[in-house]
Parts: sequence; C-alpha cells; structure tokens
Amino acid sequence: MQLEQILQYTFSGLSTGAIYALIGIGFSIIFNATGIINFAQGEFVMLGGMLTLFFLEALKLPLWAAIPCAVAASALAGLLFERLAIRPLRQPTPLNLVIITIAGSILIRGLAMLLWGKDTHAIPPFTGDEPISIAGATILPQHIWILAITLLIIAVNKFFFYHTISGKAMRACSYNRRAAGLVGIDVRRMVLFSFVISSVLGSLAGIIVAPLTMTAYDVGVMLGLKGFCAAIIGGMSSGMATVVGGLILGVLESLGAGLISSGYKDAIAFIILLLILFIRPQGLFGKAESERV
Amino acid sequence: MKRELLKFLLFAVLVLVAPLAFKGGYLLNVLVFVGINTMLAVALNLLLGYAGQISLGHAGFFGIGAYLSGILTVTYGWNPWLAMPFAALAVGILAGLIGFPILKLKGHYLAMATLGLGIIIYIVFNETVDLTGGPSGLSGIPNLTVGSLVFNSDIKNYYLIWTFTLAVVLFAVNLAGSRVGRALRAVHDSEVAARVMGVNARLLKVQVFALSAVISSLAGSLYAHTMTFVSPVSFGFNFSVELLTMVVIGGLGSVYGSFLGAALLTLLPELLRGAQDYDIVIYGGLLMVMVMFMPGGLVRGIPDLFRRMARLREDAGNA
Amino acid sequence: MLEVSGITRVFGGVTALEDVSFTIGQGSITGVIGPNGAGKTTLFNIITGIYSRTSGRVILEDRDISGLPPERLARLGMVRTFQNIELFDTMSVLENVMVGLHTKSSSGLLACSLKMPWSIAEERRIRTTAMKWLDFTGISELADETAGNLPFGKGRLLEIARALAMEPRIILMDEPAAGLNSQETLGLAHLIGKIRQMGVTVVLVEHDMELVMDVCDRIVVLNLGRKLAEGTPREIQENPEVIAAYLGEG
Repeated sequence: MQLEQILQYTFSGLSTGAIYALIGIGFSIIFNATGIINFAQGEFVMLGGMLTLFFLEALKLPLWAAIPCAVAASALAGLLFERLAIRPLRQPTPLNLVIITIAGSILIRGLAMLLWGKDTHAIPPFTGDEPISIAGATILPQHIWILAITLLIIAVNKFFFYHTISGKAMRACSYNRRAAGLVGIDVRRMVLFSFVISSVLGSLAGIIVAPLTMTAYDVGVMLGLKGFCAAIIGGMSSGMATVVGGLILGVLESLGAGLISSGYKDAIAFIILLLILFIRPQGLFGKAESERV
Repeated sequence: MKRELLKFLLFAVLVLVAPLAFKGGYLLNVLVFVGINTMLAVALNLLLGYAGQISLGHAGFFGIGAYLSGILTVTYGWNPWLAMPFAALAVGILAGLIGFPILKLKGHYLAMATLGLGIIIYIVFNETVDLTGGPSGLSGIPNLTVGSLVFNSDIKNYYLIWTFTLAVVLFAVNLAGSRVGRALRAVHDSEVAARVMGVNARLLKVQVFALSAVISSLAGSLYAHTMTFVSPVSFGFNFSVELLTMVVIGGLGSVYGSFLGAALLTLLPELLRGAQDYDIVIYGGLLMVMVMFMPGGLVRGIPDLFRRMARLREDAGNA
Repeated sequence: MLEVSGITRVFGGVTALEDVSFTIGQGSITGVIGPNGAGKTTLFNIITGIYSRTSGRVILEDRDISGLPPERLARLGMVRTFQNIELFDTMSVLENVMVGLHTKSSSGLLACSLKMPWSIAEERRIRTTAMKWLDFTGISELADETAGNLPFGKGRLLEIARALAMEPRIILMDEPAAGLNSQETLGLAHLIGKIRQMGVTVVLVEHDMELVMDVCDRIVVLNLGRKLAEGTPREIQENPEVIAAYLGEG
C-alpha cells in the first residue's frame, strides 16, 4: 500500500470523523441533560443541509446569509420537537422515549420528502473546489473548513459549558438532576436548551459536510447513527472524548473502505458500535459504573 | 384458561372464514401479508411487550430466514420443507449466541445495538452478491408443495400462511399465561425481584430473544416461498420500525393486539393508495399519537375510551 | 446457619463496610440496626448477591455463597424483601405469589407453550399453593387485584407472601416496618413470629426499635461501616457505645 494512499484515506477520514464528532456531541448533550437518546438527531443534520439549500434556491439568499437562517430554523425545529414530542410524554420510559424519538425522526424525514422531494442536491462549497496538495495527498478547501469549524465549535462548546452560568447549569443537571433542581436551576429549561443546542450542532454538521457528500431527505439516518457511534466510543462525553471517538471512527471507516471493501463501509461503524457496547460500554475513556439496585 | 381457548377458537374461525367475504383476489393477497406480519409482530411482542426488551433489528432475522430458505432451495436444490426448519435452527443458534452479550445492555443501548445488528445484516444481504443476488434480489424461489398440491395462488397461500400464524398465536397465548410467561413479565416489572425469586433473568431473556428470532425466521421462509422473490429492501431498518409500530399500536403484551397492529399497518397503505408518499409521515404521526395518548395500544386504549365516554354520559345524565 | 465473615466493601474512595463479622443461628430472629449511613443495606445487598464485596466471605449452612447471584441463592434457600417493595406491578396479587413458586416448579418454555399435560397439572398446583400463602399473610381477598394498586401495607404483606412461597430456609427483610402504621407493625410482628414457627430463620434490618426489641432474639449493631456491638436486646439497650452512636457524642 502506498503511503500517499493511506494518507489520503486518513485525511478524508479525519474530515468525516469531525462531522461524526459534532453529531456525537449533539447526542451527548441531550443524553447528559436528560438521559434521552435522541434518535431524531440525524434529522437535524439533514435539516441543516436541506434548509440551507432552500434558503439559497427558493429565497435566493447568498450563502453567508442562508447558513445562519438554516441554523436558526433548525434550532426552532429542535425547540418544537422538545415541546411537542418530549415534554408532553406522560410515561417517559426508555421504550416510550425510543419510540417517540424514532417517530419524530420519521415525521421530520417524511415532511422533508414531501417538501423537497427525494432527489439529492448539491450545495456549493464555501470557497471553491481547487484541490490542495499535502504530502502527496489531495484535500479540498471544504475539508479545511470542516476541520476549522469543528475546532471552533469545540472551543465554543468548552467555553459555554465551563465558563458560562447556563453551561454550568446544564452540566449540573447532567451530574444530578434533583440536586440541580433543588439549587434553583430550571431543569425543564435546561432540557429545552439541550435540544436546541444539539439541533444547532447537528445542522451545522450537516451544512459543512453537504458540499462534499450532497444532501437529500434521507441522509440523516446513517449520519445520525454514526454520530451516535462516535458518542458511544467517547463514553457520551460532550467534549474531547467524543471528538476523538468521531475521528477514530472516521479514519477507521475510511481506511476500511479504501483498503478492504467499500461496500461494507457502513458496516464498519456498526461493528465498532457493537464491539464497544459489548466489551466496554462506558466508552474508551469512561469509568466503569458499579451496578446499583 | 377456558376463556383463552374460546378467544382463540373465535379468532381461528374468523380467520378461516374471512376469504369467503373477500371474493376479490387482491385483498386476499394483502391478507396473506397480514398473516406474515402478524407472526412477526407476535414474535417481537414476546420480546418487547412481555420481556420488556427493545429490538430494532428484527427485520434482520426475518431476512435471514427468507434468504437462507431461498438460497438453499434455489442454489442447492434443497426441499423447502427441509430448508425452512434448517434456517430456523440456524437463526435460533445465531440469536442465542448474539443474545448473551447483547441482552446485557438495557434501554437505549439495547435499542441501538439491535439497530446496529439489523443494519449489519442488511448490508451483508446487499454485499454478498454471489449468494444473495445483492440489491437485485433472489428470484425463482420454489413454492411449497404438499404431495401434488402446490401453494401458488392467493387462496392457497392464505390458508398455508394462516395455519402457521394461528399456530404461532396459540403458542404465544399459551406461553403468556404460563409459568414462563409470568417469569417474563416479572423480569419486565422488576428484574431484581424476579432474580431474587430464582428466575434466571439473563438466560430467560436470551431464550425469548432466540424464540422470537426463530419465529421471525419462519415467517421469512414462508414469505420467500410465497413471493418466490426476495430483495434486501424488505429487510431493512424501515421494516424493523414498522414492526415496532405494529406492536406498539396494537398493544404491548397483548397477542391479539399484535394482530390488530399488523392488520392495521398492512391494510393502511392499501387504503392510502392515492397518497403513496404520505405513508411514512402517517406512520410517524400515528406512532407519536399512540405513545402520547394511548400508551397501552389500541387493545387497551379503545375499551378505555368507551369506558370514559360511558362515564361522561353517566355524569351528564346525573347532572 | 448464616455466617458473615470479614465483609469489607469499598466504593471508590468510600469504605462502606469494614471487616464486619457475625453469625446467625438457625431458627433465630436477628435484627441488624444502626444509625443512617451505617452500611446496613449495603451489607444486606452483599449477603443477598446484589452487590459484590471487596473482601470477606458469606457462608450459608457450611456452603460458601460469597458472590453468588440472587437466582442461585434462591435455589439454596435464601430470599429477601426490599425496603421500597419490589412488586410485579402489572401482575395480579395472586400472580405475584405464583412467581414466588418459580423455584418449586419446572415447566420450561416449550412445555408451557405446547400445553403439555404435566405443565397444566403443575399450573393448577402452583395456583392453589399460591392461594395458601395469601391466606397465611391474610390478604387472600385481594388475589385478583393489580399489585401496583395496592396500598403500601398490603403490598408489604404481598412481598412477604411471595417470598415465603419459595419455602426459604432464611428470609432477610430490609426495613419491613418502614411505611407501616402501628397497627400494621403489630401485624408484622405477629407474622414474623408465625414465620419463625415454620422453622425459617429471619434477619431484619430495621429502624423501628420497638419492633426490633420486641421480636428479635439477637441484635447486631453497625455504625459507620463497622460492627459496633452484638447481643440480646437488653444487652444492646444498655450498651453505652450504642446509645452514643444513636444520640451522638457529647
């Protein structure tokens, strides 16, 4: 195997991995604040790309305006989802939550299909598509955008969760909901925030990757699942562990597809998921929990 | 116990007599699918409704049953009556082996793991083109025959499938009301208390998982031999979600509820012939509404609704 | 009958139990008491196989049962009840007790589904025996009620009936009087007496001192994860260290 080929696969793997990391952080934020795994997370990724397209083509907005509008619209969708589907649930058992979030994802996907059809669409890359050569491998400008924006988001994330009151309040909820409520934190509002933040992250992920992989009404399913996989590898952390998880997943997937077989590419993520869940369910970096009755 | 037997006999009579009401060939074809989906929904319900374990990958077992039966008969010339039990046994063993590690997981994690499993199976169907024909599917699967009777028409398939479905329903009803059924429900209600009472929860969960996989495999084989053609698209995540919807809508923990759910979801697309693309929106909407307002499913929700209306009428009368 | 030897349990940085040892005689009624946080429930959970121990042993009738899971302990004759009662809420009262007879029956998955004649006969026997145990605890009129709808006191009795259906050699009760009014507590004391008469060894974790002093032959006192004292009710009541532990120093 050529070193350049491996380098190529690694680079593209890092960039898809960054996307998985962003989506995974979205899963972790909601999970840590509420204990819910939001099966609909992938659909917010899809909404990011599709809504940007809508603002670009239907409303003829320039790219730099379409993107914030799309993100805002996705945030609204996240808010509505929490209000209409999650909050009114009378018996929030894991089964009911799984079903409601799956139902939500089906609904969102269905609406997208009705509104925008089944075709795949392309979004223009942010700064053109002149390939850049690094050590014999080629990357596109969009790859750099992806890595840069991901780093920015992680930095903002870290700042938010560790240096702002709301962020610390959300972390408090994730450690101990009851205690957080007792010290005056509005837990329900934190839950709402977590959904809004996750939909923002998800839609951003969808937007920055859409120029590379096209967007369509059903891209959310696989991306969501792989983002979840990244979160599981990272032990449901909303920080570096999930980022590393996403990058590992992206690179392994890319190397596997390139070196072994491209048909089984999607299976790689799920095999990793199963292995982690079977062998080390707390993730690569988490601490094992002792069984409590 | 007598009541359960009576309910079943009534159900069986209804099933046996139904074709007479539906002279038209097309609806009969749909009813064959209702039979297959009922088998699948009952199988999933045993795991989900009784044992309380979520599985989002059951379409995978359905698919393995269909493909194994198809491949063995088409490529290797096996007799379908041999291929079916062989497939069921293979699936049972696979599910038993996978069951041990997978059922250590709970709630969301189990849901995701079974989802992942189902998708891996689906990808294998698509990629092993030499064996399965890949995305274009496997055709030429022989019909089942008994002596000179070949099951190749809607009416014959109806009775063939529903014989098996009725057997599965009876099996499930018997199980539900028995010592093992109680142990299952106990594990669902309070796993720790069930274990304290001596129930080996881990083993039981794996047994039910394997049983439900075996029934799904059987349904898959029957599906292959009646359709004579299978392709991966019928065995993906979407169908697993559809099965989940059937069980939830019908009512978790109710065998006849699973029939209701299966019937409704199989007939619905037929009724929505014109609004083809709206079906996935409707599934999503239905699921949401059911979970929010009728978490017990139709089987509990409808009698409840009547009771509430009767009480309202009573209150209005007394006012 | 039951010997607890050197049980130590460390959770992360916290030592919940340190070197706890005592013996329980056959057919006795023993109380385990101590201030909140003493480690009583942790000890219980270790003995009954729900928590693992860091070191030490538990021996039941000369057999080392350390680390065995609850379902194995059930077949060796040990059962427990829970402080917050763990009933099978969606099942009827009678069905709850019928699950208690799980270890006394054997029809497997296939036999049940195919309605084999021996499984039908066994089912009839399970039902009648379960009714008997409901009678024993005095709640037979509630047989068809949904367990989740029971008032707490009746739920407590149901949990005991279910546990007794297993015909255990030893029953461990975690705060059985919690949530009971004084009349119900008297009924409980009477019931514990009946259980002893059947030859079953009883161990209680309890906070209700009246009940403990009234019913128990011996008492073990835990404090801050260690065994503080052991003796008859009178000895314990007069032990200055025990008094200090409950009331605090100075």
